[in-house]
Order: sequence, then structure tokens, then C-alpha cells
Amino acid sequence: MAEFQDLLQFVFAGITNGAIYALIALGFGVVHNTMGIVNFAQVDFVSLGGMFLFSGLFWAGLPMPAALVGAVAAVTLVGILVERLGIRPARSQNHLVLIFLTIGISIMIRGGMKLVWGKNRMAVPHLAGEEPFRIAGAAILPQAVAILVITALTIALLVLFFRGTRLGLAMRAVASNQTAASVVGIRIGRIKAASFAMAGALGGLAGLLVTPITTLSYDVGVLLGLKGFAAAILGGFGSFPGAVLGGISLGLLESLSAAYLSSAYKDVAAFVVLLLVLFIRPKGLLGK
Amino acid sequence: MMTARDNLFYFCYLHRTGLTVLGLSILLLVWPLIEDNPYNLGLSNLIAIYAMVVLGLNLFIGYAGQISLGHAAFFAMGAYGSAVGTATLGWPAWPVMILVALATAVIALAVGLPALKLSGHYLAMATLGFNIVVYTVLVQWDTVTGGPSGFAGIPYLTVGPVAFDSEIRQHYLVWAFAMTALLLCLNLVRSGVGRGLAALAEDETAAAALGVDVRRAKIKVFILSAVLASVAGSLFAHCYAFASPASFNIFVSVDFVIMVVVGGMGSIWGTLFGTALITLLPEWIEALDTYKDVVHGLILVLILLFLPQGLVTGIAAAVRKHIILVRNDHA
Amino acid sequence: MLELHKVSKWFGGLPALQEVSFRMETGRITALIGPNGAGKSTLINCISGVDALGGGRITLEGRAIERMPAHAIAALGVSRTFQNLKVFSRLSVLDNVLTGLTVASHRSFAVSMLRLPALRHQERQLRLKALEALDQFDLAAKANWPASALSYGDKKRMEMARAFVGEPKVVLLDEPVAGLNSEETLKIARHIRQKRIAGHTMLLVEHDMELVMEVADHVVVLDSGRCIAQGSPSGVCHNPLVLEAYLGRMEAIA
Repeated sequence: MAEFQDLLQFVFAGITNGAIYALIALGFGVVHNTMGIVNFAQVDFVSLGGMFLFSGLFWAGLPMPAALVGAVAAVTLVGILVERLGIRPARSQNHLVLIFLTIGISIMIRGGMKLVWGKNRMAVPHLAGEEPFRIAGAAILPQAVAILVITALTIALLVLFFRGTRLGLAMRAVASNQTAASVVGIRIGRIKAASFAMAGALGGLAGLLVTPITTLSYDVGVLLGLKGFAAAILGGFGSFPGAVLGGISLGLLESLSAAYLSSAYKDVAAFVVLLLVLFIRPKGLLGK
Repeated sequence: MMTARDNLFYFCYLHRTGLTVLGLSILLLVWPLIEDNPYNLGLSNLIAIYAMVVLGLNLFIGYAGQISLGHAAFFAMGAYGSAVGTATLGWPAWPVMILVALATAVIALAVGLPALKLSGHYLAMATLGFNIVVYTVLVQWDTVTGGPSGFAGIPYLTVGPVAFDSEIRQHYLVWAFAMTALLLCLNLVRSGVGRGLAALAEDETAAAALGVDVRRAKIKVFILSAVLASVAGSLFAHCYAFASPASFNIFVSVDFVIMVVVGGMGSIWGTLFGTALITLLPEWIEALDTYKDVVHGLILVLILLFLPQGLVTGIAAAVRKHIILVRNDHA
Repeated sequence: MLELHKVSKWFGGLPALQEVSFRMETGRITALIGPNGAGKSTLINCISGVDALGGGRITLEGRAIERMPAHAIAALGVSRTFQNLKVFSRLSVLDNVLTGLTVASHRSFAVSMLRLPALRHQERQLRLKALEALDQFDLAAKANWPASALSYGDKKRMEMARAFVGEPKVVLLDEPVAGLNSEETLKIARHIRQKRIAGHTMLLVEHDMELVMEVADHVVVLDSGRCIAQGSPSGVCHNPLVLEAYLGRMEAIA
């Protein structure tokens, strides 16, 4: 019975982490679909989410709901600024140059965070109490439930956005054929900015949800972000259902391998998966 | 008729690459006579070692048009391979260096083969993941690697009775390697293979239509760059007699990429400049300790935004084009 | 020489080419004409291996090439130019033309890195060949220019020099005079005629009917991915189907 409880605990932890990876993977996918590049600054959107939540709560003294909304809005703004100031002025449209630009921007954001918030680890309070409750003997944090609920809501909103709004439809049009989209009068510049804004919001959300569990530091997003990327590849890069499926699968895989194989190499599992996927089925689980 | 002077100019023009390499080699040969401060020599030695990694990486970025964010991992394999081979197993250093380079080539093939099958830049992430795997192994497998505190007691390299145990002696060792690597890379890029690679970096479709086997070429360059990084890693371990995981994390890989971009993607000579600049920058600007990341990021972003060919190549190309157009207007 | 048998190609669900068949004879110029979107460039992409075929067969001197990758087709002696210039702006004009000799040059990384005497000798030979090709296309004086400094017309001719320098069996010319003024068009027409006299086999995709009528030996007309007529230039000119394909659109526009 104890074994079953453990398993349940690990599965739940895996799904919780997986939800975070899924949010990050969606952020990677949204930019990839409109611009055809991997946006390395995505990893810093994650750290920034936690940072802004921390500042909102303790520097500005905001109540939790306001701090949450404020943090997501702030990272969204950062996403737009990255596109406006960092990507759009580029003289070359070469993908190599654009990807390196996102790497440069990522280094700058990380350096900036180090200056503003310092190098120390910080603790972010949980959204809804820290007292675990028990389901079938497994201890579950309210934060984990909050992560799952908010992620599910976000995905539902994304679906509505891409199916039902003009901007969402325009973004899908650009993703499937940029030339055709610009011919029918869609302003590509706006779509690119919107995709960075969404990437910022998704990354920031992932950050502020996960940092209460992991503790917060300026480089917390690097590893999380890279795992989010591995999840995106696993699910099929650019596919939104793939990002969700990839995230959950990766989270489970990681949690179970840490529990039953080796916890020292926990962080390695994601990248072994990444390399294996590229070997066996490079388009991922749901890739086209 | 060509005068003797014209002849000389023509000779110099024809052999400009060889002559520049020769000139630089002479300068390096006498450099320790001018500069004998061990600290400064140690710095220039580090530039030579990094330059070997960055040369290979620049071939891969500038000529194969691909991104690797994991070259510090290949660098680590050279260093720890040589360390374990010589200090732990007691094997002779030079054969170990070759053996480790070969092993690194095989691993590069295994990483590159699947990732390069795809268009797009999956390799950037695959190599980054690979770097994290290697780094984690270095930290966790402490019985072999010494863990986070590092691997000490790596023997110096020797040739006959001479041990490369001081900065001056190491100067000749590492720069001999770096200049050889430079010459080999220069030769490669001005051959048919190099032209095929330059074509491939600009337009894969056009290169393929001209007969370049795009995928094969990319993999070959990737392996070549991994081997150069591995040899540089071996030299690093033998010169410092010490290696720790911190020298091989993903941020080192990113620094290598910055060196490539600053020097100019696809510019072999620019590589030396980019490597030297980024290695020396923290020495010149003291405040850089605090602002290092921001400054490095800013350099990268500004160059990419305004001089995407890199500092040296970008300025040189602009000047060259200007001269030709002006000359043509006058003619 | 080069033979297409029922070549088909779809993009998504839309047919771009439907069972196109024709033969190119050795030493002749075959022209491929048709209204915009008829599938001309797609056909060139299929022959050169840039696009994969949907169905059908393509043979070069009896050898099936339709499943080969682009670089292997190039190695068999099929070269091409591109409708939208593909000039390597980082290389000099001479080096650009030298890339046209990729198939003939040394493949080995080791030999290239060591710059062995055999390679030096070969490099000299190739350089001479490239200079000769540049001379034929009136670009010898600009051999050492960065390719990005050339005018549009010069770039077009440089691409032709690059396509012809390796003495290929078949050259596919994708709209060689598109966007050129009449003077430059005349120059290109002269180059094409010279290459015809030298015995080259060419496929010429072109909108400029004057040029086609002047240089082509055989004309193939595509419309909406179908081959609607082929034959001698004058015969095709008077074919009612061809007139309709062209004029029908004219009326639609007017």
C-alpha cells in the first residue's frame, strides 16, 4: 500500500511539473510558429514571472491576486519590448542571426535580473496555503492543485483565443503561410509582437506558478526553460496539443525516473529524452 | 611588362594567407621576450586554447550555418578524458589526447546525426542538452571526475626531456597548436570544400543544386569542430594541471558563440580577434565583474543588430565594397 | 538525353504538375513556356531534385534520377540557375563561379586542410576554367569583386557562368532575362546562342516570347500544370489551345 501511495505521489508531482513544462513549451511554440525561430529568451520569461511576483508582494505590498495579474502583465510587456527593441530592428532576417539575437537578449535579461534582485535564492509564498492535504494517502500541496487548475484554464483560454478571436485566427494564418497572410492584409509586425507577448505571458505564468515550489533565483528559468523546450520537441515542435502532451509526458518521465532510477541524474532525463526523440522520431509525438 | 616591384606585390598578394600566418608566427615566437609576466602569458595561452575551440565552432556556425551551444561539452571531454587517461590510468599523454579526440568524434557523430537530419535549429537545443548532460555527469560522478571541486594532479605534457610546466614553455606549446589549427582551417575554407560550405551557409538549396551534399557536409564540420574542441580541452587540462566542471558549463558554450559572432561568422581571422577580445575584456574593465552578463549580452545584440557579419568582417567588407565602387566610378 | 515521363506533383491537395511528358534532345534548346502559375519553376525544381516528385519518371541518358537528392543529380551533370537569384554574397565573383565546379573539385576534408600539392594543382586548373567562363560572360574584369557589389544584370550573367562552368550535360535556365532591360536581354540571348553553338543542351523557362521564338528548337507549353502543346516554335505559336491559354487570361484581365 505504501508503494502505491509513493507511486501516486510521484505521478502527481510529475503531472504538476509537466504542466509547467507545457506552459513553457507553448511559449516556445507560439514564437516558433510566427517567426520560425527558437526564442532563447523564453527561459528568462520564466524567471521574470517569479521575480515580478516576489516584487509585487514584498516591494509593492500588493495582495496575492493583484500581484499575480501584475506579474503576468509585466512579463507580457517584457515580451513585447524584446520583440520591438531586440528583434525587429535587426538588419538581417537570417534565422541564425535572429536566434543568436534571442540568445544575446537572454543573457542581458539574466544579467539585469542579477543586478536588480541579486544572486541570492528567494522564497515566494504559495498561492493558497502550504498545508498539504491527503488523497489516497498521498500528500498533495494546494500549490500543485493551483498549478493544474490554472494551466488547464490557460489552455482552454488559448484554444478559445486561436479559434474565436481575429488576432488568434490571424496568428494561425501567419503560422501556416506568412506570404499569403501578408497578401490578405494581415500586419505581420503586429502578429510577431503578439506572439512575443503571449510567449512572455505563458513563460511568466509558468514562472510564478513554479517558483513557490522550487525557490526563486535569477537563473531558475534556464533549466526549467530547457526542459520546456525538450517537452516541445517531444510533443512535436510548434504543435499546441503536442506541447501539452510533451510537457505532461516529460514531467511524468522525470519524476518516475528520479524516484526509481537515480535522483542525482534527474535533470539529465529530459535531455536524454530530447536526444532520443531526435534519433527515433524527430517530428515528436504529434508533429506533422 | 611587370617590374620587380609589381612582381613582389603580386607574390605577396598570391601568398597573402601564408605570409600573414608566417608573420604572426614570428611575432608569437619572440613574444615571450617582450612580455615575460607569467600572468599575461597565461592569459594569452588561454586565448590560444579558446581560439582552437572557437575556430572549429566558427566553421560550424559560419560555414555550416548551424548553431551549437554545447562546445564546452566537447572541450570538457578532451580535458577530463586526458585527465583520467593520464592521472588515473597512468597512460602516456599524447596517445591519450588522440584517443580522446577520436572518442569525441564518435560522440559528436552520435549527437549530430539525428539533429542534423532536420532543417531548423534543433541542434542548438540538442547540443545545449548534451552540454547539460556532460556537466551533470562531471559534477555527480565524483569518484572518477572529482565532482564539483574538480580534478587535480594532471601531469604536464612532455616532449623528450622538456616538460611544459611554465607559462613560457606552454606559450610555445599552445600557440603551436593554435597556429596549426588556424592554418588548417584557412586551407579548408579556400578549397573547393570550403567554397561548398560557404555556399551552404548562405543557401542550402543552391548549394545542393551545385552538388554539395548538405547533410554530410554539416556532419563533417560538426565532427571536425568537436575534435578541435577536444584537443584544446586536453591542452587546457595539461597546462593548468587541473580541471573543474565550472570551466565547462553551458555559459562557457555561450561565450564561445559570442566570440564567433564578435569576430565574424565565417571569418577565420576574425576568430582570433573575437576570442582575444572576449577573453581580455574582463581584464580591462574592472566593473565588468558585476555587469559581465549585461555587457556580453549587449555586445552580442548590438553586433547582430548592426554588423551581423561581425566586427572585423563587417567593417572589412564594407570598406572593400566601398573601394571597388569608388574605383569603378572613377574608371 | 533528358526525358520526362508523366511527371506529377501536388502541393497539399492541389495539383501543380499533371502527367507532364517531353524529351530534351542533345545539343538543343527546349523552351518551357506558359502563363504564371503554370508549374514551370516547379518542373525545374523537380528535375534538379530541389522538390520531390509526386509521380512519374525522369531519366538522364536512360538513367532514372527522379528519386535522387539534388546533389547527386548535380553530380550527374545537371546544373541550373534560379529565378530569384541565388548569389553567394559572401564570396567573390570568381569564387561564386568556382562553386559551379564543386562536383569536379576534391571532396576530402583532410586533403583540403593539408593543401596537398595535388590540390594546389587542381585549384589552379579550376581557377583558369572559372576565369574562362567569366570571360565568356563578359565578367572577367570583375572577377575579384565581392558578388554583392554586382548589378542585377551582372548577377544574372554570373549565375549563368556558374551554371555552365562545369561543362554540364544539361543546363536548366529559370527565367534568365526576367527583370532585365532590352539591352541586357540581348546580351543574354547572345550568350545562350553561343552556348547552343558550343553544343550545350538547355531547358529554357521564359516569359519573353521573343527570346523563346528566337533561340528555341522545341517548345513545350504548360497551363495549370498540364502540358497542352509541344512542337516547333512556329507550330506552337499558332496552336489554338496555346492562344486560348494566353489570350483567355488576357481577356479575363481586361
